[in-house]
Amino acid sequence: MNRILRSRALAALTSPHGVDRYLEQLNPMWAAHEVRARIVSVHREVDVPGHPPVATVTLQPTSTWAGHRAGQHVQVGVEVDGARRTTRVFSISSPESGPGDRFTITVRANPGGVVSRYLVERAAAGTMVHLSQARGEFVLPARVPEHVLMISGGSGITPLMSMLRTLQRRTHRGRITFLHYAQSPDHQIFAAELDEVGRSGHGIDVHLLHPELGDPNLSPAYLERLVPGYREVPTWACGPAPMIEAVRATYDGSDALRVEYFRPPRVRAGAEGGDVVFERSGRTVAGSGAPLLEQAEAAGLTPESGCRMGICLSCTTRKTEGTVRNVLTGVESSLPDEDIQICVNAPVGDCVVDL
Amino acid sequence: MTEPKLTKDELDAFGEELDAVRRRILDDLGEEDAAYICNVVKTQRGLEVAGRALFYLPPAWPLAVAALSVSKILDNMEIGHNVMHGQYDWMGDPALSSRMYEWDNVCPSEQWKYSHNYIHHTYTNILGKDRDIGYGILRMDEDQPWHPYYLGNPLYAFLLMVFFEWGVAMHDLEVENIVAGRRKMSENKALHAGIMRKVKRQALKDYVLFPAFTGPLFPLTLAGNATANLVRNIWAFNIIFCGHFPAGVATFSQEECEDETRGQWYYRQLLGSANITGGKLFHVLTGNLSHQIEHHLFPDLPARRYPEIAAEIRDICERYGLPYHTGPLHRQLGSVARKICRMALPGRPRGQEHVVAEPVAA
Repeated sequence: MNRILRSRALAALTSPHGVDRYLEQLNPMWAAHEVRARIVSVHREVDVPGHPPVATVTLQPTSTWAGHRAGQHVQVGVEVDGARRTTRVFSISSPESGPGDRFTITVRANPGGVVSRYLVERAAAGTMVHLSQARGEFVLPARVPEHVLMISGGSGITPLMSMLRTLQRRTHRGRITFLHYAQSPDHQIFAAELDEVGRSGHGIDVHLLHPELGDPNLSPAYLERLVPGYREVPTWACGPAPMIEAVRATYDGSDALRVEYFRPPRVRAGAEGGDVVFERSGRTVAGSGAPLLEQAEAAGLTPESGCRMGICLSCTTRKTEGTVRNVLTGVESSLPDEDIQICVNAPVGDCVVDL
Repeated sequence: MTEPKLTKDELDAFGEELDAVRRRILDDLGEEDAAYICNVVKTQRGLEVAGRALFYLPPAWPLAVAALSVSKILDNMEIGHNVMHGQYDWMGDPALSSRMYEWDNVCPSEQWKYSHNYIHHTYTNILGKDRDIGYGILRMDEDQPWHPYYLGNPLYAFLLMVFFEWGVAMHDLEVENIVAGRRKMSENKALHAGIMRKVKRQALKDYVLFPAFTGPLFPLTLAGNATANLVRNIWAFNIIFCGHFPAGVATFSQEECEDETRGQWYYRQLLGSANITGGKLFHVLTGNLSHQIEHHLFPDLPARRYPEIAAEIRDICERYGLPYHTGPLHRQLGSVARKICRMALPGRPRGQEHVVAEPVAA
């Protein structure tokens, strides 16, 4: 069936729109190229008053989903805020999946996160979301080493949970040391499952640590005690940037370490002045407050442009980070990875654009 | 020029009032606009599939042609033209994004966006800059110098109507500038390749594959598809010509438009456009270009909002003593046809035309 849907003949017949533009009208779960998913369920993992809740969202993807390797992430687009599609990246928490298989993402509802809050707080079973294929190089190798060390912090546990679950499903015979840092036991995602895994043995040591409650911090001495010769043990680490920096220092350049971290914001939002980073040309200039097109031209770049008054869209450019203000409407916008008209948008504080 | 003159302060105030309308609509965009365009897309896809399928039923041929014609009209006007203006970019849907959308028309969207969104909408009705004045082949204004070539004006207009999508596709090649030696053939190489790619795809679909799939009915289906394209051409040509060429609509010289303020730009857009009155279905079938004035003031606002703000725009115009050109289709068409014929002959002095103009249809 997929071969017919992806055939050149059908592409020619449905030109210029493409097969998917017709299939989606019949059933949103039918697709030839695009990947979408229906939300099967939303399960609250952690709900501590005063802290962002965490939920696991189970997704039934279209048959176009190519599957994922443990540790990969996926882009999820949802329609929020008056039908505006907004896209964010989430790690997959379920074990490796095959084409068209169900999978889960585990999401913390960040106070400023439009997509994460929607998924945790408002999404209901049956809602359609838009996906990318799974991406990322932070994955388990096909041949898993005899001993594996996994270190995570906070939400960084999700890709490692996918790896742990995958190894369990593959009935991995080697040793796994699973080290996780959280604020307190109340914040522990996957608490019951990790407890079960830890007690059932089978070569998996689970260490849940809460430094704020007196547990030891990450240090060479501590790691050495836990896993003698840890620098030679294949290690996967995922967590916030400061934690990853600490892990890196601990491993001292060993190539047994593979890391993934949440990218820290490079920008100071709302600051007066601020820097404008032209990412593609590798140039950074001190912002002048003028629209980005003028600033780019002043920096010697020649971006495509047309009307220079916000109507023709010739100058539309991807802004990857930062806040811009539309000089015609005064509206500010801080969404990452947003297409903006640079002739009428001026940066507010630091700003990164793809020029 | 006989157009009413506003002082600089008046123009600024006029511009601010229009900016306020624009801001209000932008702030209000949301689910209803999204549901509307999705519904139009659904209708268009449904009509297209129905049209293609009905060709298997020879007695239903007229019905098939009708469905396919309306499908192509919706695709090009209410969906394609408007989506490519970025009217739905705020939705973040790649299928409705000005950067991604490709329409059922031989003109590649990339080129259309340059010549239409940028050149035509920025330099609207400025002689020598807006290439939509006569499309490089017609004389549509007294200030275009007359030449015996223009004796054929009505014939050229008729041919442009019949082959409108081809005219639109060739528009970017600026053939008239090549003839005049202002443009080199080599500048057209990339454009030409883009057009040929699109033409091949469109022709393969409408004139080879779909007819072939109906087997022995090949000639009927081929004729049906060609008719649907023709119907769309005639409809689009007529609606578009009623947008800028009825009597009374102003053109501007390049000197007049130097260092324009935002208010002056709005002023030029208003005086350079004309509306067509009609019912709701009519407006949808014109892609709401029946509200050409509102479209030219706010080309990136979803077109379904134009009827909603039309009364307000008209009210603003009245307060500033500016004409708001509008009229029923037959009258606007008659006016355009008369102009096409009149322009075939050597020009009368400018100004006289404004005497016969119908300013605001009360």
